[in-house]
Amino acid sequence: MRSRIAKSLTIAAFAATLAACSSVPLDEQGANQGGAGQGAGAGTTTGQVMDPFNPQSVLAQQRSVYFDFDSYTVSDQYRGLVETHARYLSGHPQQRIMIEGNTDERGGAEYNLALGQRRADAVRRMMTLMGVSDGQIEVISFGKEKPKATGNTEADYAENRRADIVYQR
Amino acid sequence: MTPETLSRYARRASPAQAGSDRRPARFLLGLALLVAAALLWRPAHAQLRVDISGTGATQYPIAIADFSGDDAGRGIAEVIRADLTRTGQFRLVSAVGSNLTVDTPVAYDDWRARGADTLAYGSIARSPDGRYDIRYRLADTVQHGQLDGVAFTGTDRELRRIAHQIADRIYEKITGVKGVFSTHIAYVLKQGSTYELQVADADGQDPKVALRSREPIISPSWSPDGNKLAYVSFESGKPVVYVQTLASSQRVPVANYKGNNSAPSWSPDGSRLALVLTRDGLSQIYVVNADGIGLRRVTRSPMIDTEPVFSPDGGSLYFTSDRSGNPQIYQTGLDGGDPRRVTFNGSYNISPRISPDGRTLLYVSRRDGAFRIASLDLASGKETLLSDGRDDQSPSFAPNGMQVLYAAVQNGRSVLAGVSSDGRVRQTLSVLNGEVREPTWGPFPQ
Repeated sequence: MRSRIAKSLTIAAFAATLAACSSVPLDEQGANQGGAGQGAGAGTTTGQVMDPFNPQSVLAQQRSVYFDFDSYTVSDQYRGLVETHARYLSGHPQQRIMIEGNTDERGGAEYNLALGQRRADAVRRMMTLMGVSDGQIEVISFGKEKPKATGNTEADYAENRRADIVYQR
Repeated sequence: MTPETLSRYARRASPAQAGSDRRPARFLLGLALLVAAALLWRPAHAQLRVDISGTGATQYPIAIADFSGDDAGRGIAEVIRADLTRTGQFRLVSAVGSNLTVDTPVAYDDWRARGADTLAYGSIARSPDGRYDIRYRLADTVQHGQLDGVAFTGTDRELRRIAHQIADRIYEKITGVKGVFSTHIAYVLKQGSTYELQVADADGQDPKVALRSREPIISPSWSPDGNKLAYVSFESGKPVVYVQTLASSQRVPVANYKGNNSAPSWSPDGSRLALVLTRDGLSQIYVVNADGIGLRRVTRSPMIDTEPVFSPDGGSLYFTSDRSGNPQIYQTGLDGGDPRRVTFNGSYNISPRISPDGRTLLYVSRRDGAFRIASLDLASGKETLLSDGRDDQSPSFAPNGMQVLYAAVQNGRSVLAGVSSDGRVRQTLSVLNGEVREPTWGPFPQ
């Protein structure tokens, strides 16, 4: 439990950093797309460059939706993140993405594959409600097979309960 | 390596007469197959340690003498002893120093007095061409008679397989149940960031690599004839179902649809596969011909349906679904109608496997945070927990239904574990150089 709080604090700190770097609230970043990222000094453009293949862009940096234990719905905390991607994708209908679901290591391989897929599908549904075409999205799952965190603490498990948005070149 | 029964000729007959006229053609065919297999199958090197605990409800006392005539005879007897011992159904009576040949008259009363109800013995001779002739007999010391007698020929590389075949015959003669020592198991071995789909003898020996990949491999499933494996490989960046012919290593993707493709399982006649796709949303069960055409959706639920396995009669599917709010095992017809819930104990029951006689269901059940192998008698509803580990997964029945293979974690290592179907005898096959996952027991050889 303590580690989940730590995780939340990490995310909050990251969000605070972003807020400090950017004069635009996360939810409204999509409005700046296209014209964003010019004229700002180094280190202050995070969240403004709307290019998923630019490592400095929020689209490249914020592409993971985390889930609570036994949860398969996108929490309000990540609504803004999903919306940012949804706006970009709506404006770039040729761009395709994979949404990759993951689970922690506990339980069977196939059932976890299905659970990871459910997580990724929750992100897809939110995106399509926001106007992204279904044809732009492929939802897959790695289940418990490709853990980002390989330990078995509660913090590792939390890191692996995740759906990643991956832009296809 | 064709077995020829020994009982047809008298003890004085020369071994060369044992069906030798048909042997050359079969030998050449066998050799050709062996060469092909050797080229296409890469041997894997794994060190194994076997631990056994518990004893069967009935233990048959048996003496197995070293086969005499060649040093290889001791190795044959050791393989037979190890096979029978692992079942927990046999108690070995020492036959040290007995020096029996296949033609030695058996002193039935002496062996009976030593506590052996049966005695296995035999001879092995190396012929000029380097092949071995192995002749074995099984004596009944109670009835004073011969229960079995067979002659085999084979190369030194075939001696283990011949020993397993002899153990199979002994097991069947004494218990009345077909032995599984000549069968194979498949599993995924993870070493570092490399995944290997391996096929080994039922005792874990002689592993061969069917597929090596840098990406995960899960859910291997044997075709009923034992010639093919279906499995899920992530090598293309997502789960795709392949069918691979073991002898040729040829493989074809049989399900590569949008989303996930997973959980393949063969129909009993080998003509179809049940599998799971997410092309229409969440995981749902489909049936497809073994060549990948004729896809048909079976389940239509708004929740997860996965891990289908055919009932032995081919008429229904057992599968995992969380339609009740947590994962449980259900059974449905192939039209997907009228799913019936089968498991009710606990809030997490997954990975169904049905016994060859269709009477017993295996699954993984979470109890107090631990994943254990459970066995359910479908007629009575009586459930037995077969394992007591923390993370026991992927159960499968031996083709004779007498033993269960699963993956376990012991002392932080993932191992292959076995347990008798009644839960009395446990064994561990420790692979000392990697993590073993997703084991599955293959069918009887055909």
